[in-house]
Amino acid sequence: MIHVTTTVNGDEVEFVCDPRETMLDVLRDRLGLTGAKEGCGTGDCGSCTVTVDGRPICSCLMLGVEAEGRDIGTVEGIATDEDLHPLQKKFIEYAALQCGICTPGILVATKSLLEKNPNPTETEVRYWLAGNLCRCTGYDKIIRAVMDTAADMREAS
Amino acid sequence: MRYHTPENFEDAAAIAASATGVTRFLAGGTDVLVQLRSDMVTPDDLIDIKRIVGADAIMQNADGSWHIGPAVSSAAMHEHAGLSAAWPGVVEAADLIGSTQVQGRCTLAGNLCNGSPAADSVPAMMAAGASVSVVGPKGTREIAVEDIPVSPGKTSLTKGEVVTGVNLPASGANTGDAYLRFIPRTEMDIAVVGCAVCLTRDGDTITAARVALGAVAPTALLVADAAAALVGSTLDEAALDALGKAAEAACKPITDKRGTIKFRTHVAGVLAKRAAKIAYDRAGGAQ
Repeated sequence: MIHVTTTVNGDEVEFVCDPRETMLDVLRDRLGLTGAKEGCGTGDCGSCTVTVDGRPICSCLMLGVEAEGRDIGTVEGIATDEDLHPLQKKFIEYAALQCGICTPGILVATKSLLEKNPNPTETEVRYWLAGNLCRCTGYDKIIRAVMDTAADMREAS
Repeated sequence: MRYHTPENFEDAAAIAASATGVTRFLAGGTDVLVQLRSDMVTPDDLIDIKRIVGADAIMQNADGSWHIGPAVSSAAMHEHAGLSAAWPGVVEAADLIGSTQVQGRCTLAGNLCNGSPAADSVPAMMAAGASVSVVGPKGTREIAVEDIPVSPGKTSLTKGEVVTGVNLPASGANTGDAYLRFIPRTEMDIAVVGCAVCLTRDGDTITAARVALGAVAPTALLVADAAAALVGSTLDEAALDALGKAAEAACKPITDKRGTIKFRTHVAGVLAKRAAKIAYDRAGGAQ
């Protein structure tokens, strides 16, 4: 077992894990952060998306021990206190989710896109989210919610 | 499984050299972790090279050449304006690997050392004339990228050798490169065929060229005949025709669920011609 010190959603966190444990398993089973979901476990579906030092990655393809000294961001850190993130509000408004399994990953991935590029084209959004699979919505509502959030956030800034 | 975090490449090589069981180096982990989790490969020793200073650095040398650390992600390459301008073909190939999330972790060195014949960045590196720096028990050496893959999943690297970086030459003002691949969807798939072309122009005439193919043989291939078809030409129809035929002739593909021998061979010729046109325009100053 290996002792790891890292930062999750701005808070310093310590945990002990087996070197074979994935970051996803550590988040869910050791830190109680069950927002990130396991879909495929092979980096294809994106439902386990978290950010590491600001970059979206699949937490199923990262070991917990690799988190030492890094800055991890999960869907639990997207809202501020009681206030949902504009993306979260817009996903509710557009009903851009049905079963919700893919939603945390899509929110984390999209938030990082809008931080990088506040004015993406629909094509850029679709390519950015190509690794986030949704079996319910058919994607259109998700894309429209993202485009509308981006427009609102540009107006507000 | 023992997890190691060496502080320098010499220590990383020494751990691998003295290991008696299954050993893997860990950079982006987008292949190693898939193999680990599916019980295909369970390393006894896993050597994480990401704590090594400089492993995640993109450096341009005084002569204009580049050194890309073995832990540099595709996303970091894509965000690097200088590298993207100098070697757009290499960067666009790295940017086709997996999803946004995979590109946040996957590396050129890992794509090469995983040994897949369909690796997107490998033909692009071959066409660009890239080499890898390696440190091992017998010291350091520099190996051309085309000399690394041996067969599917196998490389020419020996026990204890670790890649310390990918070297790209200085990209001259009249040099351009491009990479294209065919997949049945628009994103998130493995190449049915990949093709990279790098060429240099003097006015309208091509003075040097390198052409590489992926996913049409047990390893990615550097195709000398295809390059020869371009040199001395102005990329006229006759040269393109000769390029396509040479690319087709180099193919030794298999038929599988992604494509038949006939289809892969045909597409190799088509992609070679299209990639050559893009590289030619870039060599002429197009972005």
